[in-house]
Parts: sequence; structure tokens; C-alpha cells
Amino acid sequence: MSNFLQYTIFGIMLGAGYAIAATGLVVTYTTSGVFNFAQGALGMIAAFCYWELVSVDHVPVLVAVLVVVVLGGAVAGALVERVLMRRLHGASAERPVMVTLGLLVILTGVATIVWSPTTSRSVDNMVHGQFRLVGINIQYQEVLIIGVALAVAAGLRALFRSTRSGYALRAVVDDPDLLAMAGVSPNRMSQYGWMLGTMMAALAGVLLAPTQTSGISIAAMTLLVVNGYAAAIVGRLRSIPVTFAAAVAIGLAENYVINYVLPHLPQNLTPDITYALPMVFLFLALVTLPSVRLRAVGRLTTMRAPRVAGGFESIVAGLVFFVAAAIVAITFANTAFKGTTVLDLGGLIMSLGIVGLSLVLLTGYSGQVSLCQFAFMGIGAFVMGKVAGGGSVLGLLAATAVCAGIGALVSLPTVRLSDLYLALATFAFADAVATGFFADNHIYGAGGVSIGRIVLPGLSFGGDQAEFLMVTAFFVLAAWLVLAIRRSLFGRRLVAVNDSPAAYATVGLDIGFTKVAVFAIAAGMAGLAGALYGTVQGVVGQTDFAIFPGVIFVLFVTIWSIRTVSGAFLAAVTYVVLNQVWPNGVGLFAGLGIILIGRAASGLLGIEALQVRLPWVKGSPDTAGVRPAAPLGGPAMAGGSSRVAG
Amino acid sequence: MSANGPAAGDGATTTALPPAVTVTGLRAAYGRIEVLHGVDLTVPAGSVFALLGPNGAGKSTLLKVISGRLRPIAGEVRIGELTVGRTPAEKLARQGVCAIPEGRGIFPNLTVRENLRIWTYRGGITMRDVEEQSFAAFPRLKERRRQMAGTLSGGEQQMLAISRALVTRPRLLLLDELSMGLAPLVVHELYELVEGLARQGMTVLLVEQFVTTALAVADRAAIMVHGRVEQEGTPEAMGEAALSAYLA
Repeated sequence: MSNFLQYTIFGIMLGAGYAIAATGLVVTYTTSGVFNFAQGALGMIAAFCYWELVSVDHVPVLVAVLVVVVLGGAVAGALVERVLMRRLHGASAERPVMVTLGLLVILTGVATIVWSPTTSRSVDNMVHGQFRLVGINIQYQEVLIIGVALAVAAGLRALFRSTRSGYALRAVVDDPDLLAMAGVSPNRMSQYGWMLGTMMAALAGVLLAPTQTSGISIAAMTLLVVNGYAAAIVGRLRSIPVTFAAAVAIGLAENYVINYVLPHLPQNLTPDITYALPMVFLFLALVTLPSVRLRAVGRLTTMRAPRVAGGFESIVAGLVFFVAAAIVAITFANTAFKGTTVLDLGGLIMSLGIVGLSLVLLTGYSGQVSLCQFAFMGIGAFVMGKVAGGGSVLGLLAATAVCAGIGALVSLPTVRLSDLYLALATFAFADAVATGFFADNHIYGAGGVSIGRIVLPGLSFGGDQAEFLMVTAFFVLAAWLVLAIRRSLFGRRLVAVNDSPAAYATVGLDIGFTKVAVFAIAAGMAGLAGALYGTVQGVVGQTDFAIFPGVIFVLFVTIWSIRTVSGAFLAAVTYVVLNQVWPNGVGLFAGLGIILIGRAASGLLGIEALQVRLPWVKGSPDTAGVRPAAPLGGPAMAGGSSRVAG
Repeated sequence: MSANGPAAGDGATTTALPPAVTVTGLRAAYGRIEVLHGVDLTVPAGSVFALLGPNGAGKSTLLKVISGRLRPIAGEVRIGELTVGRTPAEKLARQGVCAIPEGRGIFPNLTVRENLRIWTYRGGITMRDVEEQSFAAFPRLKERRRQMAGTLSGGEQQMLAISRALVTRPRLLLLDELSMGLAPLVVHELYELVEGLARQGMTVLLVEQFVTTALAVADRAAIMVHGRVEQEGTPEAMGEAALSAYLA
């Protein structure tokens, strides 16, 4: 009984910590309409700053809390709103998600540079000592966390429900223009919201840091508030009391599972389940609860859709591309770059290019945000390594089929989700797979999985050149497939379901089938890419397909252009080359890139000044300059075409 | 019709009243798409001015510019001594410009009472005054004061929206498609209130699809076609012209 009480108190304390982070998410979402993926990373930075002040500089705890939470949180929140968010007004719904993901990878990148991950850093309790109550020991730190969480929840509830400023903070998301017409600056209100939300993130980081018995780490602290994500979703990103209750329930559930369920399971599964639990909670919350009405539906985000190459044109471009790759294969046969042969790097680029193409299909055309393509890659590579000895074409087929199947299964419960919720669900799936599956010693473990080079009867791709050209051929085939899909009836359905799901349903088309089909195709492509990635690299390990590299790659594709084949290829080049040159800086580049690209829906390749007119591509000279309005139909929304070859 | 300005439908080019709003050579665009191509317009102080025209004529865009929600690319808008253009909408609101946009100017996720509380940001008015005046004019709002505004009927939402003009007493009221989607009786009730506000000296500039409704309350009217003011004059003179503009 005393154990149960002890676990309960610790669970409530844990939940109270999550509640602070979750209420921060709710505050930010309520006042800006943006779900801040970087909430955990902001808390992590706050925890490390607090550790610097208290453990290194011996600043008094109260002063450190004021500096980090009040001052640091307010300034950081104001900056995030002013520099990152304000310029996204009118952007597509997925862009704020991408920008907060960009901030997440920037913050983790900076933290890795500033605070070496190899150093151990433990944070002392803010208040020491304990007392006994009904036979159990309760630490003052636990009481502090629970008390602060309650005070924060009550205070925020009072602010939003009983004060004029609170009404204005809520109103700014409903209609910022109308708020301005009522005499209130929507920008200022939004900024206050971000300041409050960031202060909550910092408070959660500082309070939860001492609970990390093995010391604070960048990844653990960043992902620690993921349980906060689940609680915020249960609270439908609006209700602070429900969010608070959900956070406490999740803290309790987590602690009970760890103490009562895990001891009865095989020991090797314990760490997997422990790590995957937060994501499982989040995934369950997303697929079981009614989704919140999304804002910003049906906004016109770009005047012109990217041009889609015609059938003949794409065949010619693909053949030219393949010939160019063959020339590269001959010219750089024995050249190495930073310790890796150019052909191996080329193979990695081509296989990642296929993942990029899967994102073009999934996000670029059908508007479904997926952060789990790297997870499918990892599953594909694992299947490839385990089927028919690891170097068989059967492995390629199996990797594609298995991932397509899993993709369909994952997408079934998430069909009704869109934008933010789909991003969150795929984020949860990706991290659960990475921490609960790839990290297992029986799957990838410490040594990784060996994957041989592909040998067909009478045809071997054992040589570097042959293998590079084989992967290139797969990339070209995948590009043709993606473009063919876009030109087909199914492709038009994808664009239609993205533009207006309601209109799509009213003409009698099945949204669910279309979404599941495209998700499965994209997952199959990512699985194939993972198998090819494995054959190029020889050995793949758990870190190859972790959550952060996957997020970073999605950002690079978005930066270049998530709507074009060229964007997918250039993203793969950028990712591989940067990883080779400065592995720790890849996240920084991705984060800064997505911030700089701002709300440009078509990425770098969509910016007219950067476009190159290819000789065989018909231009659209009439799109330059200001166009008069259509006489009766309002703004002419359908555009001409950009000059980037698909 | 004329590139140099609107034709005067009643033969008069000026009015005796001083102008509340003066628009000169105004051009405005959404990105690359220019919607207003040089609008000239004068709204006399204390009048009810109806802006008519077919869909896509630029009427709502003109209201957006006047209320500070869209920055013009050329030309000038003056509201009394105030120059619109670089002045943010919230500052214009505090200076006495009340714009009620198309499609209910309310916050749907706030209760009726919370919406009313937001109106007090205009300054110089207490929540008590706001509630007294709003509930006196629209008793139905009192019954629904704890209800989410988004769950009110269309007419009740429009009542809540127009209560802002009622309680903040602006010098200029901009109304965009007040009657959209409402029953005729509700429209009648709302326009009676607008007439009452105008009688108290408030200048009203309204955009309306229903020509007869608008002309019944207006002192002057103008017809916009293709981003320009084509004609301007008395309601009587504008009736026929409006019909041909809509059918053109």
C-alpha cells in the first residue's frame, strides 16, 4: 500500500510537470493558433541555462529561476513571435508547424554545440528535505512542483476566463483583423501569448530537470514534455483544467505502468516500452479523441501552382539525369570526399531523394504532413537486412511491401487527422518506432544490421559504379512514378483533397481511400529508399533513422520545394553533403533555412528570381507584373505556371 | 465611365456637408492582383452613404482600405484630419472608425459577454454601459450572454456585431454586407438601428448587395464597377443606374 501511495505521489508530481508544459502549449495555441513543437526544446534550453547558473555559477536558486523563467522566457517568447511567427500570417497551415520544428532542431543543435553531450550534468532539487505522510516519504520538491502546477493552471484559467486581456488573448486567434478593428493590437496580443507560453516551457524545464536522476540530457529534456503534448491534445488545445487533469492522469499512468506492468514483462523490453510510452500516449490521444476544428482551412497560399512536367518531357529529363549520373560515376570513380567515396555519397543522395519524392507525393500534392518517413526507411532497411540474406532483390520488394502495409495501417486511424494532428501523430509514431523498436538490441541494437549489395542472377551490383547507377535508376523511376501519379486522375484527386476535403466529399469521392492509398504508396517508397540506403551504406544502425534526422530532412525538402522532384533531389544533396561536412550543424542549417523561407509555399524553387528557364520548357510570360482583376469573379486565383521543371 | 472621376448622377458634384471621408486616386491590390484602379469618392459627414455594385467590383476592398486593413498601393484616404494608409487598424478604431466586416464581426469562440467586454478597449466606456446599451437595443443578447457567440443565429450574431457601433459611438461606421444571409425582418430591424445612429450624427458608409434596402436608408450612393466608382449621386438617381450596373 505504501508503495502504491509512493508511486501515486511521484506520478502526480510527474504529471504536474507535464501539466506546466502542456498549459504552455495550450496558451500558445489559444493565443496564436500555432502548436509549438519547440516547447520541449525551449524547456531543455531553460534547464541547461538553469544548470549553468546554479551548478556552475552558484547563483541563488530563486534568482536563477527569475532570470531563466521570467526574463529568459519572456524575451525568448517575444523574439520567437516577432522574428519567426509574425511573418507567417497568411501562410499555408503546415508552415507554422515546420517553423516550430525548425526552431526545435536549431535549439537542439545549438545545445549540442554549447553543452557537450558527453558531460554529465545533474541538477539539484530546488528545495531539499522531505516529510512523512500516511507512512510515505514526500519530498518538498514534489510538493513544490505540484503546487506550482496548480497555481499556474488556476492563474491562467483566471486570466483567460475572467479578464479583458484574457478575452483579447483568445480573440486574437479567432479574428486578428476584427480585434484590431476593436482597437487592440493583435500583434501585441500574440506576442504576449508567446511570452506566456515560453515562460511555461522554461518553468517546466527548470522544475523537471531535478527529476532526471541520471542528469539532464538534450534529447531526454526535449522529449520529456511530449507527455505534455498528449495532455494538451486531450484538453483539445483549449481547456486548461482538462489539460491539467490529463497531464496528471498521464503521469500516474506512466508511473503505474513502469512500476506494476513492466516488472512482469521480459527485461529486454523494459527500456523500449519506457521510452516509447510518451509517444504511445500521444498517438492514442490523437486517434481516439475528436479532433479540434482546424483554423485556416481553404486559404489561398500561393498564386501559382508548380508546373508539372509532361510525360515525354519527364522521360527525357530522367534519361538526361541518368546519363549525367553515369558521367559522374565514371569521372569520380575513385574520388573520396571527407573519407567517403563520392559514389557512396551519391548512392545515399539518390536513396534519400526517393524519400524526398515520397514527401512530394504525400505532403506536396495531397497536403498530409508526415514526420515518419525516416521510420519507414528504418523498417525498410531492417526488412532488407533480414530477407534472403540481405542482398536480394526480394529484400527490396519485401521492404517496399511491408512498409506500404504498415503505412496503410498507420494511416487508417489517422485518416480524419490533418495538418497539425497528422504531424503530431506521425511524430509520435516515428519516435515510438525509433525508441521502442530500432533501439532494441534484437532489432538494430548497438552493432546495427549488415545489408549486402544486391546480386541478381547473372547481374551483380557489387561494384561501386554499378550500385550507384542502380540506385540512380530507382530514383529516376520513382520520379517518373510521382510525376505520372500527379498527371493522372488520382493525382488530381490528391490535389483536390488537399484544396477542399469538404468539396471532395460532396462530389461523392472517398477521402479515406485516397488518403490511405497515398500514405501507403509514400510509405512503400520510403521503405524502398531505406533498403537502398542500407545497401549503399552496408551497415545501418538505430541512429540513422532517429526522429531528429527525419524532421531535419523534411525541413530541407520544404526549404527547397516540397512540390517538385527537383526539390526532393536538392534536399537529399543538401542533407548528405552537410552531414559529411558538419554533422552537428545540419539541424542549424535546416532550422535557419525554414525560418528564412518564411511563408513561401513553394520553397526556394518557387521564388521567381531563383528560377531558371529551361530551353525545352514553355514559359508563361503573361504572369509578370500586376494583373487586372477579373470583371465579375473576384481575384483570378488560378495561376499560370512556374518555370521549374517538375 | 469616366477615367477622371465618377459621373454625377444628379448633376451635383459636391454636397453642402463637410466630407467625413475623402478618397483620392486610390489603388489597392491583393499581391499581384490589382482590385481598385483609382477610386475617387467623397462621403459627407453625417450622411448615410451606400456603395453599390456587382460582385467583384471592389466595394469590400475599398472598405478594407478605409478601415486600415489593407494598405493601398497608390492614392490617399483621409478620414477628417487622419490619413489612412500607414495607420494600423487598431489606431483607427481608437480614433473613432468602427468597421463591421462581411460575415459577422464577432469572435465566435468567446461568449456574448466576453465579446462585449472586448468592445470596451475602445476606451471611455465601462462594461456596465456596454451591457446596458446593447441589451436595451437587443434584448435577445441578454438572454444569450453566456452563450458562445459562434452558436448564435445569424441575426443575433449581426446584432452583437453592430452593438459595437452602438456602444462605442464612432464618428465613422463602415458596414459591409450587413444583410448577408439574414431574414428580411432582421435586416429591417438592423437598418432601423443604423438609421437611428445616423440621426445622431454618425457618418455611415455601407456596402450592400440589396439595392432597395441600401437606397432606402441612404442619403447618397455610388456605384462601383471593375474597381472604379462609375456613378455617384442621390439614391433616387442611383436606382436605375444600379440596375444597369448589376445587369451589365
